[in-house]
Amino acid sequence: MIEGLLPELEVIRKDFPILERTLAGGQPLVYLDSANTSQKPQCVIDAMVDHLERHNANVARAMHQLGAEASEAFEDARDKVASFIKAPSRDEVIFTKNASEALNLVANTLAWATGDLAIGPGDEVVITEMEHHSNIVPWQLLTERKGATLRWFGLTDDGRLDLSDLDRLINERTKVVSLTWVSNMLGTINPVAEIARRAHEVGAIVVVDAAQAAPQLPVDVTEVGADLLAFTGHKVVGPTGIGVLWGSRRVLEQLPPFLGGGEMIETVRMDRSTYAGIPHKFEAGTPPIAEAVGLGAAVDYLAAVGMEAVHAHEQAITGYALEGLATVPGLTVLGPQDAASRGGAISFEIDGVHPHDVAQVLDSRGIAVRAGHHCAKPAHARFGVQSSSRMSSYLYTTPAEIDALVEGLLYTRSYFKVG
Amino acid sequence: MTSAANQDLDALYQEIILDHYKNPHHKGLRDPFEAEVHHVNPTCGDEVTLRVHLTEGPEGTVVSDVSYDSVGCSISQASTSVLTDLVIGKSTDEAFEIHQTFLTLMQGKGTVEPDEDVLEDGIAFAGVAKFPARVKCALLSWMAFKDAAAQVLADPNASNPEESK
Repeated sequence: MIEGLLPELEVIRKDFPILERTLAGGQPLVYLDSANTSQKPQCVIDAMVDHLERHNANVARAMHQLGAEASEAFEDARDKVASFIKAPSRDEVIFTKNASEALNLVANTLAWATGDLAIGPGDEVVITEMEHHSNIVPWQLLTERKGATLRWFGLTDDGRLDLSDLDRLINERTKVVSLTWVSNMLGTINPVAEIARRAHEVGAIVVVDAAQAAPQLPVDVTEVGADLLAFTGHKVVGPTGIGVLWGSRRVLEQLPPFLGGGEMIETVRMDRSTYAGIPHKFEAGTPPIAEAVGLGAAVDYLAAVGMEAVHAHEQAITGYALEGLATVPGLTVLGPQDAASRGGAISFEIDGVHPHDVAQVLDSRGIAVRAGHHCAKPAHARFGVQSSSRMSSYLYTTPAEIDALVEGLLYTRSYFKVG
Repeated sequence: MTSAANQDLDALYQEIILDHYKNPHHKGLRDPFEAEVHHVNPTCGDEVTLRVHLTEGPEGTVVSDVSYDSVGCSISQASTSVLTDLVIGKSTDEAFEIHQTFLTLMQGKGTVEPDEDVLEDGIAFAGVAKFPARVKCALLSWMAFKDAAAQVLADPNASNPEESK
């Protein structure tokens, strides 16, 4: 028995109906692609179906019983998410389409901001070399448009942020520091609070990409030092089509609206409009209602399991996987080698076999992994690799599935006649 | 592993493909050339830089050389190697016909019977057509070749490599 595994792992697996299906050739599914998207428990599926079957109506604009039920369900989901991330206020939780949209909302509204938050020539935005493209491109667009400068933390050889010039990189010209909490490629867990302290010393705002952190770490937005924090629903056992931007009231109230339309206004005249308060100021148009209901059920599910327990499980599986991968000849793990400082995504290379081919052979054995650049091309370039294979576990992953992966990788090497 | 899954895998990874992958033909960038293109598969990051050298012969324009530098999976690398075997020394008209035949095979979802007289080693890619995610791998360098050759044909004065893309 490996220490840290969820004690009721078999019960948890039964909550996820997809884990029982078989693939071509009768192979049982070994799903090791949860950093890409997580599987969904029955309670999330049921909550969405029940909403659509019994409570469907538009929210905040339908003056009938169903409208009231739908609005209540939608706003309940906001309460659940606020509680999941320990938001000081439910009004600070904004529903978006996904984490990418949440990050783009921030970068775009900062481009239009006036006063303290305004960004112009001479100002600097700091990111890191291990970001997902979603936390690189919006900042490139912002700094290009405003004549500001984009800077970034480099990486050490073992896949951590190089903090040696922290005080020089984050300086009085820095307006925004945006970084990932957990790397989707290297798995590294970053010292966000430490970096946030320095950012706040110089008056910069801190944006945290929690797309990989929210699924596997207990999140406390205040403790981590974020001014804004983004994550997506589908990686926290919720549905696709819904993401979350949390922001402190102080920052959100200073930011101008993002999309214009219904729901985000206070009043509209032909010559000008005034805007709703947060969160509705940032939620133009009919929102993803059933998806919000699904996300509410998802974070409730994770909270019931307990995020400390989920984290312990991820660390136990990650440690077991690192040991197993080390037995495969010619295999190199990218990123930190100790489970304690990393999340449940492990990218690796195998000498002589391209990641696509690794993934293809594994798939023929029912094992789902990701192959490619994982939307982190700069991080791959930093380590001189074009692409990698990535296994990523979650609360339903078993040691037996890691054994199947390791066996599959040994088979892959023999199939391609390496070693 | 069940035999069904193994058969599919073996259909994808024919020995011919693995041979070309391990020992690619015509690899490396060479002079002279009239056009150089760089194509990328954005979903996986596979890349090819490909040059074509066309000459005028008595029978029309001839593909005198195709040279390349590439990174990618076995399917994309082997496909590039096979491409160069098939088109070097052919007229551009013939090369484009072979291109079309290969494209039809790849887009046929496994229903097209490959013509060995035209495609030679290229028939080994028939199994790839059953794997939608891998079709783009097989086509990467073929699209690059068509692009580069078309650029030269559209601009017959493109004899200075420095000015061509």
